[in-house]
Amino acid sequence: MHVPDGLLDVPTSVATGLVAAGAVTVALHQVRREIGEATAPRAGLVAAFVFAAQLVSFPVGVGTSGHLLGGALAAALVGPWTAVVCLTVVLSVQALLFADGGLSALGTNVLLVGVVTVAVGWLVARGAAAVLPRRPASAAPAAALGALVSVPAAALGFVGLYTVGGVTDLDPVRLTQVMLGWHLAIGVGEAVITGLTVAAVVATRPDLVRLVPGSRRRLSITAPDGATTEVDATPPDPRERDRRVRAAPAVALAVTLALAGAASGFASTSPDGLEYVAGRLGILSTAEDSVVAGGPLADYSVVGIDDATLATGLAGVAGVAATLALVLLLSRLTAVRWRRFPPVEPSRGDGARA
Amino acid sequence: MASVPARRAVARRRRPGVTGGRLSEGLYVPGRSPVHRLPPHVKLVCLLGFVLGVVATPRDQVWAFGLHAAALAGVVALARLRPALVLRRAVVEAPVVVFAVALPFVAAGERVALPLAPGWAVPVTVAGVLGAVNVLAKATLGVVAAVVLAATTRPTEIVAALSRLRVPATFVAILHFMIVYVEVVVADLRRMRIAREARGFRARHAGHVPVLARSAAALFVRAYERGERVHQAMIARGWTGVLPAATTAGPLAGDAPAAGPGAGAAAWARAAVLPLAAVAVAAASLAAGDATAWRPGA
Repeated sequence: MHVPDGLLDVPTSVATGLVAAGAVTVALHQVRREIGEATAPRAGLVAAFVFAAQLVSFPVGVGTSGHLLGGALAAALVGPWTAVVCLTVVLSVQALLFADGGLSALGTNVLLVGVVTVAVGWLVARGAAAVLPRRPASAAPAAALGALVSVPAAALGFVGLYTVGGVTDLDPVRLTQVMLGWHLAIGVGEAVITGLTVAAVVATRPDLVRLVPGSRRRLSITAPDGATTEVDATPPDPRERDRRVRAAPAVALAVTLALAGAASGFASTSPDGLEYVAGRLGILSTAEDSVVAGGPLADYSVVGIDDATLATGLAGVAGVAATLALVLLLSRLTAVRWRRFPPVEPSRGDGARA
Repeated sequence: MASVPARRAVARRRRPGVTGGRLSEGLYVPGRSPVHRLPPHVKLVCLLGFVLGVVATPRDQVWAFGLHAAALAGVVALARLRPALVLRRAVVEAPVVVFAVALPFVAAGERVALPLAPGWAVPVTVAGVLGAVNVLAKATLGVVAAVVLAATTRPTEIVAALSRLRVPATFVAILHFMIVYVEVVVADLRRMRIAREARGFRARHAGHVPVLARSAAALFVRAYERGERVHQAMIARGWTGVLPAATTAGPLAGDAPAAGPGAGAAAWARAAVLPLAAVAVAAASLAAGDATAWRPGA
């Protein structure tokens, strides 16, 4: 499951390393809010759990077995930021202590297995949870759906990286088909295991499952006149107001913009894979340019600017800005207001633990 | 009959670390070689530089990969690592071999007939064959470089190296906790498996997956609760949220004594020979042949 050294060229490896480092840095600043004060011991033990869970081989039938990747599972259990950090720790330990996965490909592996699977798994799971009935048991199918989508998404991410920085030209259509077909099958296994595991945790400790509505503990305060108010049981951390913490997303955005502006100057001007295939199949000669071909950002350059490098850089910056705006809009539209949900009720007949 | 489960148990226990040692020791092989004695952060940076030099080498310059391999073999010999250990560990790249074998048949480009046997030729692409050789060579060199790092550096030294390389302290602390407790969590997993097998259960087909998933869930709850207990125990002992071992410690005093503070420049100079050689070879091979101008038969 690991990308080895030498599959992607040096610029791509370095670029994925930088992007992965940025993502993990942002995630590190969110971990404390997600799993509370005991950040290092809890996250460390969760990382050890992910490592151990990957050792469990699940029988698939006819004598073969598969194992868990764990990105979507960790996101459903402890939340996406913690999951990104834990998966990164696991991948680092595997690369540095067990020589499993290449040193130069560590950034690529973190980006694909640590960031893409977690992000896709969490977003899909939350989307599914918004549609499913609002009860703890819904977390299991939601997490399973997230796991199902997360594995092919990582495979697509690899195909994308390979198209940019692969060392051998492959027919991108066929590569996509092979990777998607193979990883859809793996995704089904991942989904089954993730769903069953989350269901089992929900059955015993729903308060530990981040995806369960209302799993954030609430404190119920009863006033002398009998009126009750509910507040977050976790007090706000004063360190969250640290200026550096608030600056972290801005720094990450600045780095992304700088990369998009500067690095896209080195981007290949030769046709991309799909255009190449289209050209080979004779589609390009008949295909008309899309309706935005005359638009201000057509073919990744800015109309009216003659210097090619500057134009490509500006187009990169504008592309990042547009993507960010789209993501913010989507996240606003799809945001689920967990706080409205009632807290999880303790299961009846379990007085001993309560 | 009794010996069969026992053998299986041994095989499974040995799987994670291959060497069969403690999980929290990684692949570490104790020793006093010059490579063992290098400061760990120097080792990490220089091996990474070497791998990047290998990756940057164009694929049609086969002699360059020979030079890279010779340099790395020199380091393995200098570290007094058994070649058997290095080769056994290189088995983890088996999936890469599948990819490499498939490349000649799926790569885009000119096709030629490759005679595999008299009267039986397979159409392969030249770019695919080159790509397969390239991927295999680079992945093998990368794995061996990673084995050299893992086999000559204690996990605690790697934690200290990351700390010295300015990796965020929270990340280093989480990594440290993971290394310290992975043995315990995996032992939990092993106890659960022994308990299942003691009751006559062994996962044979997909219908048994729910049982294993429930074990994984129990493992998560146990690991998470252990994290809370560890945190409380550490607060009771005056923990302030900063790991002393991860922030201040250099390499542990032991069989691989650290170079003193003044020896830093000398260590860098010694260790930088490997990545500089790799970069020089990569640059020379880039100059020697234009990778894009390669044509079959040229």
